[in-house]
Amino acid sequence: MLPFNFDYYTPKTMKEAVDLYQDLDQQGKQPMFFSGGTELITLGRINLAYTEAVIDIKDIAECKVMQVSGDHLFLGSSLSLTRIEEANLFPLLTKTVSEVADHTARVKITLGGNICAQIFYREAVLPFLLADSQVLIIGPDGEKIIPINEIFQEQLRLKKGEFLVQVATETQFIGAPYFSVKRRQQWETGYPLITMAALKIDREIRVAISGLCPFPFRSKEVEASLNNRGQSVEARIDRALAVMPTPILEDVEGSAKYRLFVLKNLLLDVMAALDGVRVR
Amino acid sequence: MKSHTIMLDINGDSRIVTVRSADTLLNALRGKLGLTGAKPGCLNGDCGACTVNVDGWPMKSCLMLVVEAVGKKITSIEGLKQAPIQQAFIENFAFQCGYCTPGFIMNCHSLIEQYPDADDTTIKEWLESNICRCTSYIEIEKAVKSVLKRN
Ligand SMILES: Cc1cc2nc3c(=O)[nH]c(=O)nc-3n(C[C@H](O)[C@H](O)[C@H](O)COP(=O)(O)OP(=O)(O)OC[C@H]3O[C@@H](n4cnc5c(N)ncnc54)[C@H](O)[C@@H]3O)c2cc1C
Ligand code: FES
Ligand code: FES
Repeated sequence: MLPFNFDYYTPKTMKEAVDLYQDLDQQGKQPMFFSGGTELITLGRINLAYTEAVIDIKDIAECKVMQVSGDHLFLGSSLSLTRIEEANLFPLLTKTVSEVADHTARVKITLGGNICAQIFYREAVLPFLLADSQVLIIGPDGEKIIPINEIFQEQLRLKKGEFLVQVATETQFIGAPYFSVKRRQQWETGYPLITMAALKIDREIRVAISGLCPFPFRSKEVEASLNNRGQSVEARIDRALAVMPTPILEDVEGSAKYRLFVLKNLLLDVMAALDGVRVR
Repeated sequence: MKSHTIMLDINGDSRIVTVRSADTLLNALRGKLGLTGAKPGCLNGDCGACTVNVDGWPMKSCLMLVVEAVGKKITSIEGLKQAPIQQAFIENFAFQCGYCTPGFIMNCHSLIEQYPDADDTTIKEWLESNICRCTSYIEIEKAVKSVLKRN
């Protein structure tokens, strides 16, 4: 139960949702888009989130799309993580999201909600960063299709009143060799320490990481270091570690030093899995 | 719009209830519908004590607004009538204090319905969503496997 009241709207079209947001915003209702809704429900209960108007986008047809058409896979933002896993149209995404929360919670948590969440893990974005996916966004200025690597800078840079409708991914990335791993501090459930997703395309390794910094990221500098074949694996990994974005997280899940130690070993695993190179 | 009168399809019955938008399904089941089988634990999606079944899938009822459940088929522990998993819990002593039991049973029941031939990996993946403070895990595993084997 949430300690405050709000109005609840279920727009059936994208336009209706955009118009509602603007109206409600003008009335000072602090409207909030709601997909799986787990963020508002869990943070609202302890007064860390507040709204007077919830706009539930789950009924909008475009947000529920899941199909391969031409050479793209289209995934709607309100698909639950379980539906994505069950359909398994993008194996790297299946593997990465299957580590978010737990199985029952993933029946509720959605793709768009995870990508846009306040929590810093947001692992669902990693495969799309690797696959140079495009996002369909709608807002007061109409529809926009933007490369995810352009608009996702630490978070999805949405303007007020905009929401994520779909993510489109070229099928060539979907069949590419991949690697995905989540390390927790202990046990097999609970929040991650570090999650890493990797993909190999055109003989180059790409990596995207969550849980290392206070945001998920993919870094060209890190990838350039890892793919510098003139050097030994150790030297490539050391260089990659030196160019990681900052700050490195330091929290109850693990110190910065421990995170970098775990990361180094994960990078060794990635190189072994995707490049066939091992350190003796 | 802050309060809604809605019809819910619950355990095969249509029930009309007036709720706040801000009520979770768990609040409505327990506070408005007199169905106290789903248990409040963490209220944060972590423990699974509140698990019910919505359209065939397990759902933590503390993570769903009751208004989101309109048009969906809800089954709570009260709606299971001598389901094989209930009997299996008794036969295998799969509980001690019993607080986590309705949630575990609803999750196991959904698993058996969706994956009648679930393998160990699937069983583990699904059941990790629930916590038993009395650590009856081995007995719960035996119970669910005994039903799956019969399939
Ligand atoms: C038990 C449990 C375990 C969890 N474990 C993890 C974990 O391992 N990793 C992790 O990353 N998170 C975890 N979380 C947090 C959870 O992932 C986030 O709360 C969740 O991803 C949000 O998804 P949702 O669909 O419920 O989003 P919502 O709550 O609907 O939305 C989240 C935020 O994004 C906005 N939003 C939603 N959809 C859109 C859209 N289409 N366009 C623009 N903005 C939008 C909302 O306004 C809100 O601010 C966990 C949560 C629970 C309850
Ligand atoms: S009370 Fe719902 S998961 Fe704990
Ligand atoms: S039997 Fe006591 S919590 Fe599970």
